[in-house]
Amino acid sequence: MTPNPTIFSILLAGSLAVFAWGCWKRLSLISLGRPEDRLDNIGIRIGEMLRFAFGQKRVLAKPFGLNHFVIFWSFIILLVANTEFLLHGVFPAISLSKLPDEIYFPLLLILDIVSLMALLAVIIAAGRRIISPPYPEARTPEAFFILTLIGTLMLAYFGINAAKISRLAESMLPLAHMYMPVSSRFAVMVPAASGAAVYAVSWWAHAVALLAFMCYLPNSKHMHILTAIPNCFFRRLEKPNTVPREDFKVGNSFGVATVDRYSWKDLLDSFSCTECGRCQNVCPAGITGKPLNPRAVVHDIKVNLLENGRRLKMNQQPEIPLIGEKGEGSISVEAIWACTTCGACMEACPVFIEQMPKIIQLRRHLVETEAEFPEELLNLFENMEGRSNPWGIAPSERTKWCSQLEVKPFEKNTTEYLLYVGCAGSFDSRSKHVSVAVSQLLDKAGVSWGILGKDEKCCGDSVRRLGNEYVFDKMAQENVALFRERGVKKVITQCPHCFSTLKNDYRQYGLELEVIHHSELLRNLVQDGRLKLDKTTAEMGTTVFHDSCYLGRHNDVYDAPREVIEMATGTAPAEMGRNRGNAFCCGAGGGRMWMEEHTGERINLTRVKEALEEKPDTICVACPYCLTMFEDGLKDVNAGSVRVRDVAEVMAEAILR
Amino acid sequence: MLVVVCIKQVPDTTQVQIDPVTNTLVREGIPFIVNPYDTHALEEALRLKDRFGCTVAAISMGPPNAEATLKKALALGVDHAILLSDRVFGGADTLATSNVLSAAIRKLHDEVDQVGLVLCGKQTIDGDTAQVGPGIASRLDYRQLTLVDKIVNLDLSGNRIRVSRKLEGRHEIVEAPLPAMLTVVRELNRPRYPKVPMRLAALDAPVTVWNNQTLKLDEQKIGLKGSPTWVSKIFSPERAKGEILGDGYADPEGTASLLIEKLLAKDMLPI
Repeated sequence: MTPNPTIFSILLAGSLAVFAWGCWKRLSLISLGRPEDRLDNIGIRIGEMLRFAFGQKRVLAKPFGLNHFVIFWSFIILLVANTEFLLHGVFPAISLSKLPDEIYFPLLLILDIVSLMALLAVIIAAGRRIISPPYPEARTPEAFFILTLIGTLMLAYFGINAAKISRLAESMLPLAHMYMPVSSRFAVMVPAASGAAVYAVSWWAHAVALLAFMCYLPNSKHMHILTAIPNCFFRRLEKPNTVPREDFKVGNSFGVATVDRYSWKDLLDSFSCTECGRCQNVCPAGITGKPLNPRAVVHDIKVNLLENGRRLKMNQQPEIPLIGEKGEGSISVEAIWACTTCGACMEACPVFIEQMPKIIQLRRHLVETEAEFPEELLNLFENMEGRSNPWGIAPSERTKWCSQLEVKPFEKNTTEYLLYVGCAGSFDSRSKHVSVAVSQLLDKAGVSWGILGKDEKCCGDSVRRLGNEYVFDKMAQENVALFRERGVKKVITQCPHCFSTLKNDYRQYGLELEVIHHSELLRNLVQDGRLKLDKTTAEMGTTVFHDSCYLGRHNDVYDAPREVIEMATGTAPAEMGRNRGNAFCCGAGGGRMWMEEHTGERINLTRVKEALEEKPDTICVACPYCLTMFEDGLKDVNAGSVRVRDVAEVMAEAILR
Repeated sequence: MLVVVCIKQVPDTTQVQIDPVTNTLVREGIPFIVNPYDTHALEEALRLKDRFGCTVAAISMGPPNAEATLKKALALGVDHAILLSDRVFGGADTLATSNVLSAAIRKLHDEVDQVGLVLCGKQTIDGDTAQVGPGIASRLDYRQLTLVDKIVNLDLSGNRIRVSRKLEGRHEIVEAPLPAMLTVVRELNRPRYPKVPMRLAALDAPVTVWNNQTLKLDEQKIGLKGSPTWVSKIFSPERAKGEILGDGYADPEGTASLLIEKLLAKDMLPI
């Protein structure tokens, strides 16, 4: 059986039809999503796409990423050979050999070597999947099938070339050895007499593998070959640390209960996931035994879309609920509430899938449309709405923390910084110590600062992450109006949640504040010589620093708190195994602070144990939630004399004591 | 059947202070909330609506700004919201209040549907008298079942209700014919949280206002004139000054021991 253009043309046409149909069937579903503008800053987008899709920057962040990098670039380079192969099959006159020799021979060399690299890479990938898969469920037939296909393609490529070489005149062999070194090795195994047969078998094996790949691709997770590059192009250019606003008009619906309520980008995300599992390997909820798996969330959205797409297009009720316990295609309620919104999944995803906002959208539906949520949140929601703090303490007690201090109110056009104390800093007995430390340090440095006192309101972080957007919207509008009325421009926060909300979320309300976390300000004050550390250093023993998600991952403030500790103690803090962008959440974000944690190990205990591996005397934090979670966790593990201190307390220890 | 819920807008008592000169509550700047016990009465009415399809009317006597309280009831799903507001209703004690509320319930009975149940919170957190509910029952000649923590059975065809009353150290199961007036305790249920579409609808939904031209009550029986109660003095009870023991932050164990010693000395810890 020699290559037959007629048969091949028919097969190719059929495969192209299957490929196009598969792509259309899936990609047309994306148009079910709601509109969202992702076409701003095209130049930057192209740059990001080059860096992250073609440069594979995030893929390479993990050791095994190099293997993917090789496969990716082999694929791109071998597109030349494969395109030639397809065209040649239909029109035998078309061949790369028609190119001038000075192009053709180096090209052969490149293709030969790249094919070998790709072959090795898929063997390594298969071996890894067998011996030590990225996650236990990763040993899928699908994964091995696609690796086998690629491997077959490469072997067939060598087979074709080996057959060609075996029939070459003796005089041509040195040239072949030079430009097709790998294929030449294979050629040794081909007796001259069977050259034609080997050629035919290899050619058809290559043809079948290539066409099978084409047919299979749009119907598998390997769709990412087509979608991952645009997904990097359409990524959110700013950190995905917030969620879009909702429009509270009669007749609107709120949150997401069916996939078509997601934006088109959310749906594209679901087709871009290659199920690498990096998100699930960093998810604090999943790791500690909760039924949340960010990979599965994205997968379930895809399955749900595929199952319900046709009905949704015809405005019919979907068959599989998006929220529910129905297995594949549905996301369980417990999973939805398990998310700490720590953002680790989004930081890990090589193709910028945004898992967290998708989960918050589901929460919005549960809270706003169904009024169904864990019962401990009822008090929280009412306290936030009624008294603008999580505990429901009388707003008149907001200033109790400073009753022994001389703290001035913020005055328009006079005071430089508003110290936005926050609910924890105002009411939580442990965090009040941090507020006192911060205010004393600010005074020591001669900073012009003031507070809103009893007029300060909660920023609304927890209710927003918990999906109670209606209440958040009211709180945000009140705060924005208050800040405008008081002429607040620069804000100091000692809570990363206030920090991120004021800085990022309130921008959606047209309020641009210069928000600075107390760790950044304290660092600056020391650097500017306004806080002097020459006399003494804080006796904190061995310190270890825990990154707050909303300071680090969500806002890229990693160095300031570490520098504060180093300035105050003379030594840089020890680092935990997982730190900075990979840091593990304390368990309190996303409103989890106010919820019970019944399933699996407690997240804070996991993190406390990790901190204790560094044998610290003091665990340093920069967030009131982390402070609470660590103090609680330490009590549970009976860690003896290990203390938890906010970085401001560490600095105060050095300067004020 | 119509279920009437009486709700009251009260100052958030965690934030209330008493003016030492006038002996009255300082109400300026204090946010109002729905009387917490009334939220349980409202919830129970809505559950009856869900179960039996009863119509639910929420009524409240108060100043015009009490409309906010009724809007909350509308957001939760009541069918009618009626504000009883008139200057001549002002300054009412529990007797005068129950006169106005009873008249309104009678009017609802005549104009909307036969009233089967009136639900009230066991008391309000500002006055704490627990008299208005029973006052309504007396004025309307309804059976009164106070301190209800469970509706055991509601037999609409037989027109009877059986409830559990939460008394000190015991429960009492009582049965009565309808119509009846129930005052309820917190253990009765867990109030629902309003859904956003309903909240938005409530923003535009009408609160009916009835004044005394509507109710046509004898002015001697309502408001200040109809109130025989005379408040001579309101005051915060004196509280002995507390003491901060040790430094719990620096030495938690030592401080705990101090407290234990102190409690032992006062014979307040069982050994």
